[in-house]
Amino acid sequence: MSGYPESLQESLAKVEETRPQRLEEARKQRYFLKLSPDEYDAILQKYHPDYQPEGRKPLQVGPNKGEFLQTELVAILQGAPWIDPGKFCGRLKTPDMSTDILVIGGGGAGSAAALLASEQGCEVILATKLRHGDANTVMAEGGIQAADLPYDSPYYHFLDTIGGGHFTNDKNLVRALVMDAPIVIKWLEDLGVMFDKEPDGTMKELKGGGLCRRRMHSSADMTGSEIMRVLRDEVRNHPDKIKVLEFCPAVELLLDEEGQIGGAILYNMDNQEFLVVQAKAVILATGGYGRLHLHGFATTNHYGATGDGLVLGYRVGVRLQNLKYAQFHPTGAAFPEQCAGMLITEKVRTLGAEPINRDGERFCHPLEPRDVEAALIIRECLEREKGVITPTGRLGIWLDSPMIDMIWGEGTVAKALAGKYLQFKRYGIDIAKEPMLVFPTLHYQNGGLAINEWGETTVPGLFAAGEVTGGVHGDNRLMGNSLLDVNVFGRRAGIKAAEFAKQREKVKALSLRHLEKYLKNLEESGVKPEQKTPIILPDYRNPEVKVKGALD
Amino acid sequence: MAECKYTVGDKTIVPPGTKMIPIYIMGKRYEVPEGLTILKALEYAGYRVIRGCGCRAGICGACATVYRLKDDYRLRFGLACQTTVKPGMYLTQIPFVPANKAVYDINQLTADVFTIERLYPETFRCLACNTCTKACPMDIPVMDYIQALIQGDIKTAAEISHSCIMCGMCTLRCPAEIQHFHVAMLARRLYGKYIQPKARHLEKRVEQIKAGKFDWMMDELMGLSTEELKKRYKEREWEPEPYDPHWKPKETKYLIIEE
Repeated sequence: MSGYPESLQESLAKVEETRPQRLEEARKQRYFLKLSPDEYDAILQKYHPDYQPEGRKPLQVGPNKGEFLQTELVAILQGAPWIDPGKFCGRLKTPDMSTDILVIGGGGAGSAAALLASEQGCEVILATKLRHGDANTVMAEGGIQAADLPYDSPYYHFLDTIGGGHFTNDKNLVRALVMDAPIVIKWLEDLGVMFDKEPDGTMKELKGGGLCRRRMHSSADMTGSEIMRVLRDEVRNHPDKIKVLEFCPAVELLLDEEGQIGGAILYNMDNQEFLVVQAKAVILATGGYGRLHLHGFATTNHYGATGDGLVLGYRVGVRLQNLKYAQFHPTGAAFPEQCAGMLITEKVRTLGAEPINRDGERFCHPLEPRDVEAALIIRECLEREKGVITPTGRLGIWLDSPMIDMIWGEGTVAKALAGKYLQFKRYGIDIAKEPMLVFPTLHYQNGGLAINEWGETTVPGLFAAGEVTGGVHGDNRLMGNSLLDVNVFGRRAGIKAAEFAKQREKVKALSLRHLEKYLKNLEESGVKPEQKTPIILPDYRNPEVKVKGALD
Repeated sequence: MAECKYTVGDKTIVPPGTKMIPIYIMGKRYEVPEGLTILKALEYAGYRVIRGCGCRAGICGACATVYRLKDDYRLRFGLACQTTVKPGMYLTQIPFVPANKAVYDINQLTADVFTIERLYPETFRCLACNTCTKACPMDIPVMDYIQALIQGDIKTAAEISHSCIMCGMCTLRCPAEIQHFHVAMLARRLYGKYIQPKARHLEKRVEQIKAGKFDWMMDELMGLSTEELKKRYKEREWEPEPYDPHWKPKETKYLIIEE
């Protein structure tokens, strides 16, 4: 029985009708022709949501003043702080906690950083907004890149990464990324991550969009989940050195009177108290901003992905980099409505499923770089009007997952895409037998705080790692480079922050002068903050209830 | 580009005329549109969830919810972000499960039944009642992996439990007070570290990198102009897809192939 309503059956039948022919071609490795890299720009300019002039405005303060960014992002960067520096400064004299290293963020980068910093003998506090591990890391499905097969090398990984990023990447960061990659995989293997392997131990590796070699390591379609739970478990094996504070997001960074990092102000969401944490070094690992819903797009990101680290870092004067273009993942779920925006891993396409339009036709190569693939899907829906319209009015195109079992053998979908298989089964759709409906969804921040190859920012003692940073992916990240990024730069920041903390004698008097200055800049620029930031959590309450509950 | 009617953030589109149904959140009645997930129904009712919501995509295990349906004695389990509301459903979220994780040095363990016994001795109290399996929102045969562990079959336990999201519902329901999700975590790490064969090519590659064998390639890339990088990117050799085991690359200058 079909899991799709009557209104979609006609189009579904067309997909099935063309499938045998398409399958035959796919078996001969003949797909819809790949675009030449020379053609990318025209497509992106016309169809990528972030290449349009609408939905942007200039930043009026800070190191990136004058740069045009998405309005949602500008609003948080120019938001009002949670605390009034004048009133709060009295509390800075008596910190509630003191530590060598404060890690802000409990995802992959934060956990890797905490582990490496504690390995160097430092005391660590890991503060996280939700539970430890509730992060985008856990949601990464497809895999993690590392050039470790004989017919591959860091050289090709470097080229793929920098080409995918349209040559806007920071080469030093890319070098660190690709050269550390095999070391990271080995580290994870030794920690007990269950990678997909052949019986002799050889990693089962796949390609991804924009990758010229098979380089994608996976753990079914729950690679991020598997890596995250192992890292979290390992952090919990060191309770003497790493103290975890859950539901305690940071709302402001603290400097000392000499301008070095001094710690942060945390906000305990359970009892609404503010906590002053003094630290010799701070690692920002707060992740991305999908929950800002840029241009109104749905997102694959977790509940807490509100770009907090960008706000905190920008207020202490760290420059932002490569934030012009967000990554819209080509394939977010468009049906059923309950799943709208949810990630359909690129692995579905690496395993052979093709994007197909309403009439059952191919219209793009399944593995273009993500931004190009997303733009091509938007073109097919909006300009050519060959998209499918769901009962709730969403647009989508088919992703022909049944091809996977036909190519690789029955049961492949259920095993290699176990997570997705179960998710759709809950709504009566067997993705081994019926295709999925997909549309681009806001997926990844691409850019962020500027760092060097050791995760150092321009503020002494302030480090950053993972999605909150910018430069390593340039303007567009490749599949499998984010799980890698969090591990590579989490580890590097952990090592370097420990070094910094060990040579630092003590933290001088804590200060919020940077915030006073920032507020003054806002005032002088005539900016009226629209909201309190970091926003910490999006507000999805029914607007009608909010109206009834409002007193002012 | 057309005005973005296709972009509505996280809002669920509720077509006009959608039926409203009653649900009971911790006993309190609310009318919500049919078809919402429990999480979105909570938000529709005006809840701002802090604990009890994480990834919103069925993988983090933060939003485990227990519920009963009208006129049905069965206690049911689901993820709030994945389960659709039903008329008369009464529910509560369980945002936290008290459980003790054993602290261990992963490098000092043996992958056998004795490690399980030492770190999680309560595992062996299993009554084989299958209540854990019934409580799993991921449809994992939980009891089967506990039974496998009791027999020292760590491989089976690791494989069966691979899609565990550690929400802890099994552990709350267990009459023998087993801490399933923690012992399964241990089993998977033991399997990944000690039982799965090591990737020899990976070890080799790490040695090569540490010996500096790729440094010249990186130095070369760092020195290239953007134009030259673009050229190399465009001309790089592609491994065929799907996978062809007989493929041999023509360009070998930037490879290190050692037996």
